[in-house]
Amino acid sequence: MSITLHKGENCGFTEKVIISPPHKQAQKRQQVILFENPPRISGRMSVVGEKEGKGPAGTYFDKVVKDAKWGEKTFERAEINMLMSAIKGSVTDADLSENDVQLLITGDLLNQLTSSNYVARELSMPYLGLYSACSTMSESLAIGSAFINAGYFDTIVCATVSHFATAERQFRYPLEYGCQRPPYAQWTVTGAGSTVLTKEGKGPRITAAVLGKVVDFGTNDLNNMGAAMAPAAMDTLLALFKETDTDADDYDLILTGDLGKLGSDILRDLMLEQGYYLGQNYIDCGNIIYDVTQKCYQGGSGAGCSASILNSLILDKMERGQYNKIAYLATGALMSTQSCYQGETIPCISHAVIIER
Amino acid sequence: MNNNAVEERNKRYGKYVSAVTPTTSFWKSLWNSFWIGGLTCCIGQGIFDLFKLAFPSLSQDILGNITSMTLITVAILFTGLGFYDVIARRGGAGSFLPITGFANAMSSASMEFKTEGLIFGTSVKLFSVVGPVVVNGIVWSTVAGLIHLILFGRV
Amino acid sequence: MSILLTYLSVFGFGGLFCSLAQILIIKTKLTPARILVLFLILGIVLEGLGVYKYIFAIAKAGVSIPIIGFGASLARGSIEMARQVGFLGAFAGGLVRTAYGVGAAIVASYLITLIFSPKSK
Repeated sequence: MSITLHKGENCGFTEKVIISPPHKQAQKRQQVILFENPPRISGRMSVVGEKEGKGPAGTYFDKVVKDAKWGEKTFERAEINMLMSAIKGSVTDADLSENDVQLLITGDLLNQLTSSNYVARELSMPYLGLYSACSTMSESLAIGSAFINAGYFDTIVCATVSHFATAERQFRYPLEYGCQRPPYAQWTVTGAGSTVLTKEGKGPRITAAVLGKVVDFGTNDLNNMGAAMAPAAMDTLLALFKETDTDADDYDLILTGDLGKLGSDILRDLMLEQGYYLGQNYIDCGNIIYDVTQKCYQGGSGAGCSASILNSLILDKMERGQYNKIAYLATGALMSTQSCYQGETIPCISHAVIIER
Repeated sequence: MNNNAVEERNKRYGKYVSAVTPTTSFWKSLWNSFWIGGLTCCIGQGIFDLFKLAFPSLSQDILGNITSMTLITVAILFTGLGFYDVIARRGGAGSFLPITGFANAMSSASMEFKTEGLIFGTSVKLFSVVGPVVVNGIVWSTVAGLIHLILFGRV
Repeated sequence: MSILLTYLSVFGFGGLFCSLAQILIIKTKLTPARILVLFLILGIVLEGLGVYKYIFAIAKAGVSIPIIGFGASLARGSIEMARQVGFLGAFAGGLVRTAYGVGAAIVASYLITLIFSPKSK
């Protein structure tokens, strides 16, 4: 499968901007928030399904659930259990008790945020439900950090979940329905990730957040999520680079959420067109969560994809000192199944947070 | 940016995306759908011939009905056991165009929504995938019947 | 020998129709549901024009097992009944003729639902 990329060619996808040479004056900040009292990541937990557990990052996950139904009657219940387990695990990891948590910010992919709401029902914590499709994890981190930075709360839990079987039912066909997926499709990750943010602590700090704009480059193929979301990632990444006067080399790792292989190749192209080269320090969660042999086409997607990878592999390596500064951008496609049948294109968004050790 | 510029950008982006998006290997998927579809039809023909041997007195129509009923039942059983979709992933059109695909679409929807109960789940959603086929079939065949009635009159 | 030839033609025609649908899938953005409806209507048209029986004589199960056969069956039922019963017959004929298959599918789906549950892949 060879892809001919139009590297460096100005394809006119974006407004022609005069790129200021790196490390000149930073632009006025519109999308970037710098936190003066950066919150710490003191606890984390990742729970994934069997397939993800067999993937390349499998050994890093805290908990691998073999049974896709978690012994329950429905996949929806399993998803709730998964999120619950991740939240409780992360609170324990932070050496806190559930009563210490002052705010719970969660999201998932289902209608009316079913999983999140039912989890919140069983935990007595103040609760905010977020929907930003697959970018929910970074959005919840951004909001949580802002609350802590402002001094309203000391301890906030941010978590997201997605489940292959429930997402499949909601967005596509019945599980046993025989249909071929195109080679550019992605596979919804069964997984949950939860992060505990605290005011004090020893963990990595969230020093900045970039709130994304909704970007739509007119893609309408429901299967080609990578191509739809790449422009949104580019938009946010550009805002980050320009407004903080940094370059790709200033980060040890630039981590996108779930663009998949195709999407991350497109993002590289788009960034190159803008004069930024994304090298070895750029990886995509969807691209690394599955092995090529697992037949997951372009890789993983879903709210649980970047949440589980960030809360296992990435923060683990960060705590061991492999990375000092990472930019984490999760990307989300904000369509509904109805809007696509009505001929609408796919609006996408990407929020980013900067995590420093 | 004004609307024209956005449209122009989207068009170029669309072109670029279709240039970099990997495509299904044409001949391989064609061959897979060919042999899986052909084989399904052969199995149908085999069932037909066997029943014809066993019950020579049955009419052509009844034999045809028995054949499709057998194929449908087998396909639904395969769906329940969870390997019809494995075949279909390879077969593509070879497994959704034959009547077995119709059976799979119906039973997979029926099983999927079992969790909402047999009335509001299964019974409501049974036709959620095959609905278009049933509805269009009935509408257009009725039209065909009426046209024939107008053109050729009653027998 | 003639048996072998029959099966060869069944295989060839069945495969041909399926690969035609596959080409539509690959080359156009049509969804499986649309392609099914397309072939279904093709079957109704073929039967309506009276061509279907000639194709069936050669292709046998190769054309009757794909959805084209279902369409042709619907159309034939409707046409026959319309000409025998009159106006009202056109509405019932298609369903009456195909009721065996559809009935089997509904009952079997219901039964299988009672026994099995879908699995996560």
